This record gives sequence, C-alpha cells and structure tokens, in this order.
Amino acid sequence: MSEHIVKSYEQELAGLDDKISQMGGLAEQLVGEAFDSLASHNPARARATVASDATIDLLHRELEEQVILMIARRQPLANDLRQVISVLKVAGELERVGDLAKNVAKRAQAISGETHPKGLLTGLQHMTDLASRQLKDVLDAYAARNPERAMQVWRQDENLDAVYNSVFRELLTYMMEDPRNIGLCTHLLFVAKNLERIGDHTTNIAETVTYMTRGSLPEGERPKGDLTSSTLMSGPIR
Amino acid sequence: MDMRPDPLIMMTTPAQAPTTTPTKVAANNVNVYYGAKHALKDVSVDIPEKSVTAFIGPSGCGKSTFLRCINRMNDTVASCRVEGLIQIDGKDIYDPALDPVQLRARVGMVFQKPNPFPKSIYDNVAYGPRIHGLSRSKAELDQIVESSLRKASLWEEVKDRLNDSGTGLSGGQQQRLCIARTIAINPEIILMDEPCSALDPIATARIEELMEELRHNFTIIIVTHSMQQAARVSQRTAFFHLGILVETGSTSDIFTNPTDKRTQDYITGRFG
Repeated sequence: MSEHIVKSYEQELAGLDDKISQMGGLAEQLVGEAFDSLASHNPARARATVASDATIDLLHRELEEQVILMIARRQPLANDLRQVISVLKVAGELERVGDLAKNVAKRAQAISGETHPKGLLTGLQHMTDLASRQLKDVLDAYAARNPERAMQVWRQDENLDAVYNSVFRELLTYMMEDPRNIGLCTHLLFVAKNLERIGDHTTNIAETVTYMTRGSLPEGERPKGDLTSSTLMSGPIR
Repeated sequence: MDMRPDPLIMMTTPAQAPTTTPTKVAANNVNVYYGAKHALKDVSVDIPEKSVTAFIGPSGCGKSTFLRCINRMNDTVASCRVEGLIQIDGKDIYDPALDPVQLRARVGMVFQKPNPFPKSIYDNVAYGPRIHGLSRSKAELDQIVESSLRKASLWEEVKDRLNDSGTGLSGGQQQRLCIARTIAINPEIILMDEPCSALDPIATARIEELMEELRHNFTIIIVTHSMQQAARVSQRTAFFHLGILVETGSTSDIFTNPTDKRTQDYITGRFG
C-alpha cells in the first residue's frame, strides 16, 4: 500500500491501529485474569481486574473521539473509510468484552467464599482458554489484515458454544441435585454465558475484519451451536 | 412551475424500478489527440440518462477533454482530433451531416467560472431561446425565462431586477444564472466542468441541491476535483488517469470499495 501524500493522515491511521491492539491486549488479559481470580478464590485479584476495565473504557472513548475528528477533518474514503469505521466498531466490541470480563471478576468476588464443584471449573477453564485464543486470533487477523484468518475464527466459535452447552447442562444438574447449589451455580452460569458472549463479540470483530479488508461482509450464516435458549430440563435426574 | 420531482416517482420501490437505466451517451473506443499528444486512450463508457455521472481524476487525466467531446467543443481546438464513436440516443454525434450548433442546443454546458453575458439577467436567459426560435411571443419568452430561473432556484432572488446586469450578481448567483441560461433551451444533457470550484460552500450547496432536482429531467455529467462533491451528487462515477478511463461504477462502490488500486490510491490521497 502506497503512503498518503499527507503524512499526518498516515500517522493518524496507524495511531488508530496501535490503540486497537492496546485495547485488544488489555481485553485478552482481563478475560484471563477474571477467570484466574475466580478459580483461585482471590477477591483482591478480582477487585483489581474489575478496576482495570476502566482503562479499556478510556481507550474506547479516546478512539471514538479520534475517529469522529478524522471523519470531520479528513473525510476518509475507500479503504481508509473502511478502516476508520472498522476501528469504531472493533473498539465497541472490545469495550463489551472488557465489560463481560469485568462481570466475571465481580462474580468471582461474590462467590470467593464458596467451594466450587470440581468438574465445573474445568469446563469454565476450557471456555476461557477458547475465548482468549479466539480473541487473540481475531486481533492478529485484524493487525495482519487477514480475512481468511478472521473467517477461521468466525467459524470456530461453534466450539465455544459446544462447551457452553455442556457447562449449562452440568450446572442445571448440580442445581437439581441440591438446591443449596443454586446461588453458586447461577453465578457460574452467568460466568459461562459471559464467556460465550465474548465469543460472539469476537465473531463480530471477525466480520468487521472481513469488511475492512474485502469491502463486504461474510456471506451466509455463521455456524451457531448455542442451544441453551431452547433447552429445558425437568423432572429428576436419572 | 414547481419543479420538485414527483414524490410518486421518487418513491418507486426497487421492484418497480427498471433494473437498467437507458443509456443516454455511449462512447466506444474514443481516442483524442492534441497534435502529437495522445490525450484520451480508448475510452468506452455508457452514461445512463436522468442521473448524475461524475468524472474524477488528477489534472491532465483527460476528464475535461472527454466532457468536451460530448458537445463537440473540441471542434474549436484546431490541433484536436477525435477518433472513435460517441452516440447520444444511439446517433453518432460526429456524423458529418450533424450540425454541431444543434447538438450543443441538446447538450448544454456550465463552466468552472461563471460566465454570464454582459447583458441583463433577462437577456442572459432569453438569449438561447431567441436564437433557437423557441418562443413565438414576448409572453412565451417571459414564461421560458421565469421557468428557467425557477428551475435554477434563482427566480426569488432576481425576479424584481430582471433588467439588472447579470454580471452584477454574486458568484453563486451568476453560476445559477448560467445554469438557467443552459436549461432555457431545454437541453437533454448538461455538462458541468467544475461548476462549484469558484463558489463558497453555501453557493456550492445550492448548486448541488439544484443538480439533485435537475437530474430527474436531465442527464448531468459533472467534472469535479472534489471527491466529496462527486460522492454527494452523483449516482455513477468514472475515474480517469493518464488519459485512460480506469474504472466506472456506482458512486457508492467507487467511494467505499473501488476495484482498481489506482482509483483507491487517488481517492484516498495516496498520489496526486
């Protein structure tokens, strides 16, 4: 790609990407830390995680302001226009990822005194790993302007959905076994749902990368595997 | 006369709208030479009727040259030679039997600098209809002058001083006077060669608003150096570079997702 005649424009566009990668790095970190604070029953760590979401929010606001200014001052067109709009959208998605991770950390504080059923954390750990890897991959695809890689992430969200389904069923089972589990399990259910939502935001970023690089959104329906909205368990567990 | 487009026509649903707009101007392998200089190379393009087509490209790319082929203004340049076929409504406009004066009555032109005649506002607009014998009476001529000034959104500003000199108007008003003068002879096509480059943003907005209204009745082709203007006013955009027509497409595609790298580099400011 040849450079803009106006060098400051070139620098501004590069500056947007730098901020996205900074935001993305923070969001990734937050997802991991939120789960670790949950698994390690560490309320202090959870509090620190909640607090660090503020940095992501700040970066989001800064990016929004920069994009608005650039639209006003530069009137970007073609690939520049697509980049500027994509930055705005990706920043919004990352801000949501930060919020969801923060929510996991808040729940980690709430349930830090409880003993977790052992097998449950394995599923949540798996979801966290998958969500973090997906997020990292999509941010790499963004930085490398690689739509194929983004589409791979887009298709792989199904794996995260599959683990979510099994965690969902498992949690329901625990709740049915002993009503005293309901408080803890409800928190864990929201944790799982948050991780599943992080996956969805990641696929939105993947779609935006496709738009930014190709000028069109991916064709067809994204493979979706979250069946929990239509799942109902009743009666005693056999 | 109210020239606002019929809302019923404007609100045609996509299902009712014709899938392809009829072609008004068709160019096939047009080559233009100024002496030994090959200014335009193998340009082929179809320009749809009743819409605005924008020609963009760096200075010297051939866009104005091509515009001037469409009303044979290049005939007046001694060293200029035009080859290839240009048709309006399927008729060759370089046919030796065709009178260029009659052609220019069908293809009006508005220039970069407003160039009203040093005559009254009334006479500026009445000039064309008079020489082409378009009116039989003074009353009819008055009618043409009024409706042309109305279509050019100038009537309200000048109706009380029609006998004042056209050159005494502001730049934006002068340009609208020139547009009124152009549409007074009821052309089918209006060529605009950077019509707003000498105007302030408000006068520019008036001209753009006018183009939006006129395009329902006329085929408009505009050469502009302002990408934003091309994006705002046109439905189709053609990008010229070094005498070649690089890319033609719907304006929304050209400005969000152009096919050719040269188009992208030009509209994003990567080369001059």
